[in-house]
Amino acid sequence: MNVSEISKQVRSKERRALSVADDAIAAIEARDGDIHAFLHLDAEAIRAQARAVDAKVDAGLDPGRLAGVPVAIKDNLCQRGVPTTCASKILEGWKPPYDATVITRLAEAGAVLVGKTNLDEFAMGSSTENSAFGSTKNPVDLSRVPGGSSGGSAAAVAADYVPLSLGSDTGGSIRQPAAFCGVVGLKPTYGAVSRYGLIAFASSLDQVGPFARSVNDAGVLFEVIAGHDPMDSTSLEAPAPDVMSGINAGVAGLRIGIIPEMIEGSSDEVRARVTTAHDALRAAGATLVELPAPELTLGLAAYYLIAPAEASSNLARYDGVRYGNRVDAGDVSAMMTATRTAGFGDEVKRRIMLGTYALSAGYYDAYYGQAQKVRTLIIETFNRLYGQCDLIVGATTPTTAFEFGSKTADPMSMYYSDIFTIPSNLAGHPAMSVPFGSGDAGLPIGVQLLGPALSEPTLFRAAKFLESEVSQ
Amino acid sequence: MSDPHPLDARDVIKVASLARLSLSDDEVERFTGQLARILESAAEIAALDLGDLAPTAHPLALANVLRDDVVTASLDRDEVLGQAPSVNDNRFSVPKIVGEAP
Repeated sequence: MNVSEISKQVRSKERRALSVADDAIAAIEARDGDIHAFLHLDAEAIRAQARAVDAKVDAGLDPGRLAGVPVAIKDNLCQRGVPTTCASKILEGWKPPYDATVITRLAEAGAVLVGKTNLDEFAMGSSTENSAFGSTKNPVDLSRVPGGSSGGSAAAVAADYVPLSLGSDTGGSIRQPAAFCGVVGLKPTYGAVSRYGLIAFASSLDQVGPFARSVNDAGVLFEVIAGHDPMDSTSLEAPAPDVMSGINAGVAGLRIGIIPEMIEGSSDEVRARVTTAHDALRAAGATLVELPAPELTLGLAAYYLIAPAEASSNLARYDGVRYGNRVDAGDVSAMMTATRTAGFGDEVKRRIMLGTYALSAGYYDAYYGQAQKVRTLIIETFNRLYGQCDLIVGATTPTTAFEFGSKTADPMSMYYSDIFTIPSNLAGHPAMSVPFGSGDAGLPIGVQLLGPALSEPTLFRAAKFLESEVSQ
Repeated sequence: MSDPHPLDARDVIKVASLARLSLSDDEVERFTGQLARILESAAEIAALDLGDLAPTAHPLALANVLRDDVVTASLDRDEVLGQAPSVNDNRFSVPKIVGEAP
């Protein structure tokens, strides 16, 4: 059932929000011992929210567009009074004193917030293997990673616990797990969704976005969370893009770019599905144009300087003073070092050190400065491409979901799984992964759609078309 | 642009100290190898001649985002302090910073 149907039934009392919530809790209790999508789940708190929605319906009030719809939340989004850890020991037990704006908007729309989902510590990773509290398993195949960093949110939707969840995407952390788990995932235009209450990793790249089982459901959730927020100074003044009204318009007349470099290096099965997507788009009346853009592949190296540089600054706040855990030591400096050394895992330490190095005197120009210029080059490249096409369609990830432990020893091989997703973050553009069949081992394959800033309506149109093609 | 020298253990110890992290000898060795390999891929862009391309720090061209000076509710003090590791007299408390006078 899609979210519009759930909400309609809840409003008409055909179904009670409490019964929808009970079903979600039962599904989670049945399977999450194996999958481990959730870090925090409070069944009574979920039921209390559902009862409040039912009470509004009984009182003749409009409970909102997501009335009674269960939504899981990535555990780097602040929810007042609810444990929020970022999958890090340094924040274990912390309860935020405020709600993220996306949480407020969900609550105002009548959604029922269902627990906090697992992630790579501070959203740094591509598999959830960097969580301090154990990894999440891919619901499609428990021997495979769900992707990351928003692996728990992708798994919660893929396992049919909930129809919707929220993730965050700094270099692919929504789209890559969406592709690995076979669900829809959107990284919105930078600034389209408020970052207030999203615990910062790399502030010029981070963006909150939806996971859903269908393109329509992702569109509804995007419209609910998007729009200007005075609490986020990087929030766009423009109204939230309307993606739903034109979602069924089809792809006839669209100019679709094929960027060879955004497909190269993919496995044969991924490449085959992307080619099938291109053929389907062409057959439906889109014009496909091949546009080489080797500059985009420089994004990976630039990202792994820019994101750690910003992270090294953002994560300086975890010093054992105002929130989170403290390890006592003689003086304040020793306390901070002891706290951070015990509180952060290896990947977070690696990125903090890498960022500190890239920003340090003598290396700033060669590393961070150059990476910022590459960022300009990538933006200019996209501007050139979008003069010749409306959208780009390529692969979300080079491979299907990999096995646990296969990339943990070599950080660079893990980072490479973000090569196709990173350029959109550097440019601040929206991009979306849509499930498009599966490979030989039955593992899902995602096709990625990229567009210029605020092109979400066109992305959703094309995504909806691809979804209808694969379901035939 | 000249290539920076390859990362070595002394660099790792230095940046760890700047970032308030303490590393064991094993960790220094492991992180040095891993970070050096990541920086090898960064060398690809460090070596590019990008001429007078301007750097981009942020995807939006924002400057001085202002709002009206309106009083609104702020965070609840007790709720905020209730999450701190150590509190003294309604303030965050830390170990001593300056030594006792002789």
